[in-house]
Amino acid sequence: MAAARSRLRSAAGPAAPDPWPTIMREFEGRPADLVPVLQRTQEAFGYLSPDSVRRVARWLKLSESDVFGVATFYAQFRFSPPGRHRLRVCLGTACHVKGGVQMLETLERRLAVEAGQTTPDGEYDLERVVCLGCCALAPVVTVDDAIYGQMSVLRLQGLLDEHAHA
Amino acid sequence: MSTRTLERRRRRAATRWAALAASPRPVVYIGMGSCGLAAGAAAVLAAVRAHLAERAIDAEIVSVGCIGPCYLEPIFDVQLPGRPRVSYSNMTAELAVKTLDALLAGEAPRRHLIGRFDAADGDGHFAPGDADLAGLPRFLDHAMLRHQTRIVLRNCGVIDPEQLDHYLARGGYRAFESCLEMPWSDVIETVKASGLRGRGGAGFPTWLKWSKCREIDNDARNLICNADEGDPGAFMNRSLIEGDPHALLEGMLIAAYAIGAAHGYIYIRAEYPLAVRRLRSAIAAMSKLGLLGEHILGSDFSFDITLKEGAGAFVCGEETALIASIEGRRGMPRTRPPYPAVSGLWGRPTIIDNVETLATLPAIIGGGAEWYASHGTEASKGTKTFALVGKVRRTGLIEVPFGTTLRTVIYDIGGGLTKDFKAVQTGGPSGGCLSEEFLDTPIEYENLAAAGSIMGSGGLIVLDRDTCIVDTARYFLSFTQAESCGKCVPCRVGTGHLVGILDAICEGRGELADLERLERLARVIKASSLCGLGQTAPNPVLSSLKYFREEFVEHIVDKRCRAAVCRDLVVYRVLPERCTGCERCVAVCPTGAITGPRSEPHNLDPEKCIKCRSCYEVCRFDAIAGDAIVIESRGQSDA
Repeated sequence: MAAARSRLRSAAGPAAPDPWPTIMREFEGRPADLVPVLQRTQEAFGYLSPDSVRRVARWLKLSESDVFGVATFYAQFRFSPPGRHRLRVCLGTACHVKGGVQMLETLERRLAVEAGQTTPDGEYDLERVVCLGCCALAPVVTVDDAIYGQMSVLRLQGLLDEHAHA
Repeated sequence: MSTRTLERRRRRAATRWAALAASPRPVVYIGMGSCGLAAGAAAVLAAVRAHLAERAIDAEIVSVGCIGPCYLEPIFDVQLPGRPRVSYSNMTAELAVKTLDALLAGEAPRRHLIGRFDAADGDGHFAPGDADLAGLPRFLDHAMLRHQTRIVLRNCGVIDPEQLDHYLARGGYRAFESCLEMPWSDVIETVKASGLRGRGGAGFPTWLKWSKCREIDNDARNLICNADEGDPGAFMNRSLIEGDPHALLEGMLIAAYAIGAAHGYIYIRAEYPLAVRRLRSAIAAMSKLGLLGEHILGSDFSFDITLKEGAGAFVCGEETALIASIEGRRGMPRTRPPYPAVSGLWGRPTIIDNVETLATLPAIIGGGAEWYASHGTEASKGTKTFALVGKVRRTGLIEVPFGTTLRTVIYDIGGGLTKDFKAVQTGGPSGGCLSEEFLDTPIEYENLAAAGSIMGSGGLIVLDRDTCIVDTARYFLSFTQAESCGKCVPCRVGTGHLVGILDAICEGRGELADLERLERLARVIKASSLCGLGQTAPNPVLSSLKYFREEFVEHIVDKRCRAAVCRDLVVYRVLPERCTGCERCVAVCPTGAITGPRSEPHNLDPEKCIKCRSCYEVCRFDAIAGDAIVIESRGQSDA
């Protein structure tokens, strides 16, 4: 993900190469490639724009509504540009019984956004996930690729302060 | 590559593996599974590496997978020349360096010690202990490991999962080779005799599914490994893939040979990036060795494996939905029959097996069906891995023979709870909460089903008296409701209504008639849903109502949540006699609900309180504060 994001930043630069030819070389262009193609597209652009969906539809000879239908079915795909940092709160069972909801609410309050949204300054994405598989360390919060276990409301506040000043 | 070359390679690998145990250089092993990394293993590794470089010590560093006791992570082991491998827990960068130095100075520090491995462990790989360290406890005698039988997890935490040679040295791919020498029907017979049942949860006999697929006259069969481990609170498959990917891959070769599949797919959650990486490199290593492709090891058997990353949909754990997803469509289930074994991926006969089922196959073929079947019980043979989490002292990944009681798992392996036991949740969102009376129930597919839960893929979540049963039921239902694909009405609409009723009860708006409504609705959803998701979604509600009905009644009649979890039924209060007036809570309160002059009992305004828990935490964990803030529900003046 971090790699995808840095690529994203460089893609915003003036001489950013168009990622489409690379993507299109990686697949045979069959309709069955749709999910991996969308995954690859999101990796390159950070999200699925209406333009990306149109291009994928034409390429795989599907209708745009088919492509949207599949993309919106899966939780992985997003349709707006991502924030610079990705905060994820695990709400798997173990995290739930150990206070994951409070972690999410703390973040929602601090960042003044709801789960699934990006802060207006584009700094943070706040997401809820169902189980990152680190249940033994519940409750778990991740910042980009770093996993923080055994969180508490206070530790989370500290983490945010640290991150904001970093 | 021929069988002979493979055997040569294996022997070379075995020599090197033995040489690692007898290494003239220090060897450091670090657990680098997701759990280890989450606990800070990367920092430990970096510090140890830098320290070794600084002291100019020529040492070998081996990254291993998760050995199970996740609560002890980061775990690091040191093996000095001529001495056994000694394991230490809960390392920080600083501690690891200190421990390493002490060991190098000839001491055997006891702080954070888990134990030593000796010659008896791991196929004689480990060096015999010398006198100095002989007094240390054995790693495998650790309370969490003593009661386990590690068959499918035998390599996890012991070998470097990125080293095919480590796997080969431990007899890897020998089971597959021996399969090539027998007719496919013998492989199915062996699996039949072993009693292996699907480890994904339903427990369908593996051999039976396979032979149904074989009966179909179509040579383009497919094998799919279901690694879409979506149950919240379960990570068995992830740990297994991260720690020993080749066990799964060898299992796939064996299964593919038995059913006559030419193409294999691994459908894995995208949320498991490390497991995906490990599989990718393991598949590449296999191909290089000629264990994939045309005419494997010079036989008539050809097989390839494609990795498919899931895109985040719980329902794709259901086999027909999984197939739809691989075919590039929305992951929606369809009616069965035809079963995938008859008509599956691209309309061809397809077998879908769980990661653990497949990864067990090399052990069954290698050790013999009889040996495998000697573990477990009459109806449920062998072993099962579980993710033991929640409110137990020792959390992590375990493997026990079927027939082990829940009490052994929770108290002997898990070390019990710090507070009173309330329930154990098995089977994830498709399972149920079992009360104390089931603690002595042996873990078997049938027993758990009879109790109103299911075996499921292996999540075991222990709940204590601070967990609200109604809230837990609501949690699972909200999950399945959100994950319902929407194709059939009972699941799409029904689960929504279940959540609505549970919401009302949790918020103190429930009425007694709601309990019957819940039960009736739950039965209808179970009976009429299209796929396993809907058919099992009501289990958490039904089992909780069966064993913990009084808690529902309390919520409805007394407006009381005895666990003090349901937000609308609790208040935050300052106990004036305990309050030290330290103002710590005043500082953390986001809404200014707590006020008070310093050194005097503080005042908490319930109107302003948003129940965020900040004050409660600071009052519990700050030394100056006096545990004066309580969260209580009605009738709990001293909670």
